[in-house]
Amino acid sequence: MLHLTTGRVGCLLSKQAVVALTSSGARMSSHGHHEVSDSVDMSQPMYWDRLDTPLPDRPWKDVLDSTDKSLKQKEKGPWTALSKEEKIALYRLKFNHTYPEMKRPSHEWKTVIGGMFIFFGITGLVVFWQGHYVYPPQPHTFGEEWQAKQIQRMLDMRINPIEGFSAQWDYKNKQWK
Amino acid sequence: FSPVGKMFRPVVRLSTSGVRSLTRTRPCYSAPLASRCYSHAKVETDEEFDARWVTYFSKPDIDAWELKKGMNTLIGYDLVPEPKILDSALRACRRLNDLASAIRILEAVKDKSGPHKDIYPYLIQELQPTLIELGISTPEDLGMDIL
Repeated sequence: MLHLTTGRVGCLLSKQAVVALTSSGARMSSHGHHEVSDSVDMSQPMYWDRLDTPLPDRPWKDVLDSTDKSLKQKEKGPWTALSKEEKIALYRLKFNHTYPEMKRPSHEWKTVIGGMFIFFGITGLVVFWQGHYVYPPQPHTFGEEWQAKQIQRMLDMRINPIEGFSAQWDYKNKQWK
Repeated sequence: FSPVGKMFRPVVRLSTSGVRSLTRTRPCYSAPLASRCYSHAKVETDEEFDARWVTYFSKPDIDAWELKKGMNTLIGYDLVPEPKILDSALRACRRLNDLASAIRILEAVKDKSGPHKDIYPYLIQELQPTLIELGISTPEDLGMDIL
């Protein structure tokens, strides 16, 4: 049984087919989907809108009023006698979404990217707080003066004089090359 | 524009190639790379496949479940069905007094064509006589191909 939870996590986990198949709770209507479904009785023939399975087990509209019923009667005759509106009505009785409607883009990506950045931001705050309140003081060897003395000592020792550190120092003119 | 009949034949057919069958009863030839031990099962030709499906949908007393099962299975394959199969399926819809499913089938094969935008117009062109005869409007006719 697949349940969609409200909020970001549910939206992140949902795929188009699963969304249409079964859900409990509300999907975020800000995404541009307009349906809110209750939980589905899976012991009955189900309806679905799936690109790869065009004909579901039951029609979209099960309960037909008298106009629908008379239209269904007309369907038994020649289809050339049906107007375009009637044909569309017959389609909409049997199916919820057309293929283009199934394939319509959603606004879900905005939620995903937005959620991502929010989490980055929270993480950034945590890191900053950590740096301020948790980390011990820096070792004294990191200080400006110590570093300068350290570099001078390394040069005096001729660290990596051929290809590396001291090779970059111009000993004659006392500056970096 | 005169497409060759074989132009839209399914390219990938089941798993009959590249499968090394190592049965005990049929020892492999210990020959170099050229000799492969493919399955010895009989491969169905495209014509046989098409004929089988045309026959399936041509059943005079086909019921709604069989139509659904047939179409869902057919759309599950890695191919776009030939016009003659679709013709048979549309006629089955007519016998079942189900215009909506007929339109749905057209939508489905258009979607099956994927990026190959020339397949669907070809299918409609081939199916035109049937569509006119049975009075099936295409999704485009009904303005249902756009949002």
